Amino acid sequence: MSLLELNNVTLKFGGLTAVDRLSFSVEEGEVFAIVGPNGAGKSTVFNLISRFYDPYEGTIRFDGHDLLQVKPSGVAAYGVARTFQNIELFEHATVLQNLLVGRHRHRKTNVISELFFTPSAKRQEVENREKVEEVIDFLDLQAYRDKMIAGLPYGVRKVVEVARALATDPKLLLLDEPASGLSVEETTDMRWWIDDIRRQMGITVLMVEHDMGLVSGVSDRVLAMADGAKLALGTPAEVQAHPAVIEAYLGKAS
Amino acid sequence: MRIVFKTDYMQDIRPWKDGYQLSLYLILLAVVALAPWWLDDFYLGELTNVLIWAIAGLGLMILTGHTGQASLGHAAFLAFGCYANVILIEAGVPFLIVFPLAGILTGIIGALIAIPALRLHGIYLAIFTLALSILMDDIIVLTEPITGGVAGKYIGGVEIFGFLVDRWGTPRAFYWLVLAVTVLVTLGYINLLRAPLGRSFIAVRDSEVSAQAMGVDIARTKTISFGLSCAVTGWAGALMGLYAGAFNNETFSVVISIQLLMMIVIGGLGSIHGAFFGAIVIGFLPQFLSISKEYVGAVIGGNTVAIPGLEFGVFGLILIAFILFEPMGIYGRWLKIRTWFELFPFYRKDMFRRQKSYLKTERLR
Amino acid sequence: MDNVQLLISGLANGCVYGLIALGFVLIYKATEAVNFAQGDFMMLGAFVTIGLTNTEYMGLPFWMALPVSLGIMGALGYALDRLVIRRMFGESQTAVVILTIALGFVIRFVAGLIWGHEPQTLQNPLAGKEVRFGGLVLGMEDVAVIIVTILLTWALYVFFSRTKLGLAMQGASQNQLAAYYMGVPVKRVQGLIWALAGVVAGVAGILFAAKGSVDPNTGLLGIKAFAAAVIGGFGSLPGALAGGLIVGVIEPFASRYIAAGYSQIAPYALLLAVLIFRPHGLFSQVRVKKV
Repeated sequence: MSLLELNNVTLKFGGLTAVDRLSFSVEEGEVFAIVGPNGAGKSTVFNLISRFYDPYEGTIRFDGHDLLQVKPSGVAAYGVARTFQNIELFEHATVLQNLLVGRHRHRKTNVISELFFTPSAKRQEVENREKVEEVIDFLDLQAYRDKMIAGLPYGVRKVVEVARALATDPKLLLLDEPASGLSVEETTDMRWWIDDIRRQMGITVLMVEHDMGLVSGVSDRVLAMADGAKLALGTPAEVQAHPAVIEAYLGKAS
Repeated sequence: MRIVFKTDYMQDIRPWKDGYQLSLYLILLAVVALAPWWLDDFYLGELTNVLIWAIAGLGLMILTGHTGQASLGHAAFLAFGCYANVILIEAGVPFLIVFPLAGILTGIIGALIAIPALRLHGIYLAIFTLALSILMDDIIVLTEPITGGVAGKYIGGVEIFGFLVDRWGTPRAFYWLVLAVTVLVTLGYINLLRAPLGRSFIAVRDSEVSAQAMGVDIARTKTISFGLSCAVTGWAGALMGLYAGAFNNETFSVVISIQLLMMIVIGGLGSIHGAFFGAIVIGFLPQFLSISKEYVGAVIGGNTVAIPGLEFGVFGLILIAFILFEPMGIYGRWLKIRTWFELFPFYRKDMFRRQKSYLKTERLR
Repeated sequence: MDNVQLLISGLANGCVYGLIALGFVLIYKATEAVNFAQGDFMMLGAFVTIGLTNTEYMGLPFWMALPVSLGIMGALGYALDRLVIRRMFGESQTAVVILTIALGFVIRFVAGLIWGHEPQTLQNPLAGKEVRFGGLVLGMEDVAVIIVTILLTWALYVFFSRTKLGLAMQGASQNQLAAYYMGVPVKRVQGLIWALAGVVAGVAGILFAAKGSVDPNTGLLGIKAFAAAVIGGFGSLPGALAGGLIVGVIEPFASRYIAAGYSQIAPYALLLAVLIFRPHGLFSQVRVKKV
């Protein structure tokens, strides 16, 4: 059984069909990329999986659960973490606090035990901290641990977003344009990190990305979309050679 | 120059960074606890007032400073706590049971009110709570058989373990009662901030979408924040009632709501210190003004005339100055001064510079 | 007949609320800021005109004082933006709200210093005159209020939906950066809007002071007008007027037909109901934040 399955998903905004009868599935352990021109509905697919939008029809299943049955916050509880295209960090908190929010889905304490900071709350904090430190080590964020997000450069924020998603200990990681706005060096770093996330941590990655270099470098399979619908699905090389994809990107040869 | 080296996770988890900081706060606590011996009864009363406002400020800070939900109606919850406290005392329940209950009841009411308010953001929530505060006045009048309506209610002292605690009769005992509540609430607040719940409040404040994506249930978090905030505010209200001794429907007017919000803005949103700094400003401003008015009157030789609205006018000016020049409030300024000393001589002018941002509409479709 | 009389006086009151609400909406539409001091602006406009016209002050002829005081209000609005609001560029909505509340305190204090705390009425040529219409006896002021309000709302509506400047103002609110790139002088537009809001507040103040008396605390009426703006839906000019009229009409009818004590609750109860069931007003735009 696939880890994530979208079946015949359609989303309409008023008269506009943003996602059109889209079906695909992501297998456990792979890096799966979605590519397509602007406005193809890639980020919308992410927002559907995150339950920010309700699909008009179709089903979304993750790890044996029907995602359409849960609230947006329930998606994370099943082990789906994500980043955002326009960074959505907690601006007026430190990097450490941001990452600790990522641990929220593992919270076992309740309001009362936290108000009195009982030994169990304390133990939980130390555990959270250990997990977060692993992520900080992994992504080389030590220097920024106690810095406020509001003062950080763009490239670092991008990494902090990935770190926060990793801190949730996810089964599936959704990366929304992880390399957009990054320099060549930073993109190369991101490429190795994505590779490591899959190999070392065993996390399945689903990403939206424009940088074809990054996509063909790390992904096992690629889905090409245009106007909310599937154009082609296959290995990076297959998709890049697919006539419909070339047409969508370059226009019809005359 | 002073630098704290971190060698242990507990340094970030426990409320103080090192022994130096802990000892400073313990000294402060000792000085404040011994206030009855170095302050006369008048200023002890003023200090009590400041602490009560600080508790109310802490209550609003949970909701507005840490969860980002601006409330212009917290006077309604002050009123609820105050009336609940006095009505239950009149029913013959001992104070030690009544007082916690007053806060808890206020908290429950707050959480219930949060449910319809959950969908409201920013300015809409502010106007919703403002309307609540205005309605509270009318509700108190309408429920006259219970609340005493326009005639109001009176409360003398209360009894704790056989000791009389009364604002006028035993001001010291009353001061210690207020101080004890302040310390307990502050400790609870500190615990909250170092636990997942406090962080989820901050997450909701800074970005609701990504809070959701991290598994934070927005509706639940806001409801809990409302509940806790109102509970603390309820306790402050109960103490305000005991402090005032007499109150009616106009005691907790909408102006108090606005003042409370302004207070925590001046103090510094999003920090526990901010509630205390703000309370000091609001508590001592009238004293300061009347003293300086006398002084000015003596210098220019005129007689001191009452200037109606002076307090609010000055208060407004202070607030405008802070929002323009120090949006982080007194706490923000304090942080800068502290950092200056700690890093001496390496402080740079732009260390606290904030990024300029352009406003993007939330009306985007 | 009685009800018609109630309706007319309610409408006249509602027009004043509507005009203040219009000021809120103007500023909100163009800058996404909410000016809680709009009610105090109105009070200030009333006092400025009283100061120019009334015999115990400067005693200028009414029709001469009118443009002068509107000019002063416009200049004040512009200056306020220039000196205070412009520094808030990019700050959160809530910060601006708190700032303008504080501003209201200061305006009230200053007005009290200059004109005292006694209620005062504007001496005007319409005072005491009546219009007979069938069996109805209407105060000339009430009629003037209604006519002026309708004309002003219509003019503003046309301005925003038809003229280039009006559209630029709307653009400036939806995305400051994008509007800036498109060549909209965002800052100047914002200044103009505040000036315009000052003038509208001046008109409201003059109408209000002609109808009844003002004192420095009259500005608190702004809260009711704010309720009106929310009921009508922030961001819609006709909505603001409609909201004002609804609140204005509810008040006299509630105090006539509902038991005392409950009647003054009516506008706020309506406000709460609107916020709970139609959070963005009766005439709202859709608001979903995009990620």
